[in-house]
Amino acid sequence: MREIATEVVETDILILGGGMSGCGAAVEATYWAKPLGLKVTLVDKAAIDRSGPVAMGLSAINTYMGMDGKVTQNPRAPERFVEYVTNDQMGLMRQDMVYDVARHVDSTVRHFEKWGLPIWKDEAGNLVKSGEWQLMICGESYKILVAEAAKNAIGTLGDKGQIIERVMITHLLKDEKEPNRVCGAVGFSVREDKFYVFKAKVVYCALGGAVHVFRPRSQGEAFGRSWMPPFVNGTTYALILQAGGELTQMDNTFVPPRFKDSYGPVGTFFLLFKTPATNAYDGPYVGAYPTELEKWAPYSNAKPCPTPMRNYEMILCAKEGKTPYWMHTNRVVERFQKEITDPKELKKKIKEYESEAWEDFLDMTIAGATNWAAHNIDPMEKPMELQMSDSVFIGSHACSCGAWACGPEDLMPKEYADSFPAQYNCMTTVMGLFTAGCGVGACAHKFSSGSHVQGRIAGKAAVKFANDNKDYTPTVSDDTINKLKEIVYRPFALYEEKSTYTAMPDVNPYYISPHNFLFRLQKIMGEYCGGWETLYGTSDKLLEVGLWKLAFCGEDIEKIAAKDLHELLRAWESIHRYWVGEACARTRLARKESRWPGYYYKYDYLKLDETQKHFINVKYDVDKKEWTILTRPMIPII
Amino acid sequence: MPSFVINEKCDGCKGQDKTACMYICPNDLMILDKERMKAYNQEPSYCWECYCCVKICPQQAMDVRGYADFMPLGAASTPLRGTEDIMWTITFRDGRIKRFKYATRTTPEGSIKALEGFPEAKAADLANQLLLGEPDIMGVKELPTKKK
Repeated sequence: MREIATEVVETDILILGGGMSGCGAAVEATYWAKPLGLKVTLVDKAAIDRSGPVAMGLSAINTYMGMDGKVTQNPRAPERFVEYVTNDQMGLMRQDMVYDVARHVDSTVRHFEKWGLPIWKDEAGNLVKSGEWQLMICGESYKILVAEAAKNAIGTLGDKGQIIERVMITHLLKDEKEPNRVCGAVGFSVREDKFYVFKAKVVYCALGGAVHVFRPRSQGEAFGRSWMPPFVNGTTYALILQAGGELTQMDNTFVPPRFKDSYGPVGTFFLLFKTPATNAYDGPYVGAYPTELEKWAPYSNAKPCPTPMRNYEMILCAKEGKTPYWMHTNRVVERFQKEITDPKELKKKIKEYESEAWEDFLDMTIAGATNWAAHNIDPMEKPMELQMSDSVFIGSHACSCGAWACGPEDLMPKEYADSFPAQYNCMTTVMGLFTAGCGVGACAHKFSSGSHVQGRIAGKAAVKFANDNKDYTPTVSDDTINKLKEIVYRPFALYEEKSTYTAMPDVNPYYISPHNFLFRLQKIMGEYCGGWETLYGTSDKLLEVGLWKLAFCGEDIEKIAAKDLHELLRAWESIHRYWVGEACARTRLARKESRWPGYYYKYDYLKLDETQKHFINVKYDVDKKEWTILTRPMIPII
Repeated sequence: MPSFVINEKCDGCKGQDKTACMYICPNDLMILDKERMKAYNQEPSYCWECYCCVKICPQQAMDVRGYADFMPLGAASTPLRGTEDIMWTITFRDGRIKRFKYATRTTPEGSIKALEGFPEAKAADLANQLLLGEPDIMGVKELPTKKK
């Protein structure tokens, strides 16, 4: 067996994940930790300059209130945002947390601007809103800027600040004196034979949402071309579950309708350019099924129509055999030709539109641009196909999955207080374990700016927790550490022991590769649990069989082998995805209605049932190997 | 749309402990073959085509070829990233070419001082709802709240 060194890192505030929310947490935690002399350590499995879903860049900021009034559209107070988000997710929302994100988000955007993010402005110098809540940016370097700020902040702590990159976190550490408390994490370097043990007073865990739990539509060379980046693998959800924390709405996966195959963004085309989309016969699919949509009233009647209902219209269109759907980018040009009579003005307008349309793709989904060019499609002249993607877990988007977390003191309904061992903003149901971004459930529409600001909210709360627990020292035995180390590197041991049994190590009766394990998970999720394979439909009968098959996956975790560190990374990513899949299937089985029919629906309960207007939460007991489903009430604050 | 390395141009970042592409790839795909001193994408089917490697390569030795699953051959999106903007050249399959230039940042690289210009934090303020720079930075007098 190869020699693996162990490095123990002791810190006060441990930030796991350097994506948008982790970088927000780093800046804010540093600010508050500095005068208190507390240590801050940030860990990422990649390089934070380009880690997380904003790695490629973004072309818009989707959450901005404009409370100072200096915007092209009327500013709308947090209340209107909370109403909109609640309705978008069909009436179920932690309004206290959404309100909290909304009232702080402008400050984060103003920091971005100060750091150097180019935000579009009108001639009067006001920020250009492309929709009610959206700002347009030149965001190729968005993540680099946000990471630079985080690095700069942590750097000001001197030897009390540390960033460790290329470490995959596999488990959280529980305190051995206090069963419902976390006190650190373990993981491994993906670049050298080194096992990391982090001990901390408080742990902030924001290691992303999850894609590839459901099967992506492309499975050859383009397996990695999912809308959400293939490196977000649900570690946040898996770790919180295994620490005994409560997750909410894990059945609510987002299904992004995007440009087909490349997943080029549609938001700017719809909102800014007012681009028409149609079915294959040039008829509308939006608004084409009023009788069906009426069954999801009152939510479906509100303006704007909720995302899951707009998706459901696409599903109904597909069931009628009226696909492909088309996005008529060319008709924007035709509209300009009708509206603008001055030829010079027209030429200028078309040129602007062309540049902005390409930038929308090049800033965040370069494949979309190449896909136009590869098909000889100039978007000024021809339309391009749309398609619904695979289902993703992205609690920061138009999606509600994530941890059941504590809201702010001045906003959280008192009925929720009992869920938490202590009241700290963004703390999960586990003492000392905080999350944000895709990690916080029932708090949709944060997007990049909202995730960053929620990271800041959690970062400040985490420092408060550490400061309130100044004398706390983690209790973790060497025995526990050694056992975890053995588990983490088990795929190596198995490979070393068995790989020479067969002439070709790829096929071996004693183990499976991380990739094949993932394929099995994706097949079960896709075919039984409401993936695109069944047009997002499932049923109790399908889910029961799916769960039976998932249980074998759970057992086969011990049979995953890895030949090198890179494969060990894939092994742990796949294992975490399994936990996310299981939590999703169990929650879908528990929900006896189809509340978000464009995200997933149940053939046996194809309706909205307002007697089930509550959160369905799931948790797991590692010692007893027991899953529990529980419900929490929906309590509005607006 | 997996990334690839052009043999002729890659110098393995001259044998440093890691290459630029290995440093930046968010999905741990790039690896250096030390014998040949060439980097390569070890797992093309896990590539998100984010172009982080293409943009950072000091030798411009990296490019991307459209995913075989759905892209006809012959097209390319080629970036040239500077300190404040990025130039794109788009080559269509039929040979048409388009060029675009977009801003990337308004401040010099490495100039961000995230905490500078704000008063030092006070432990007593940990209990309130205000974050770094608030409420002034938002242009409002006070942070909104709701009466419970």
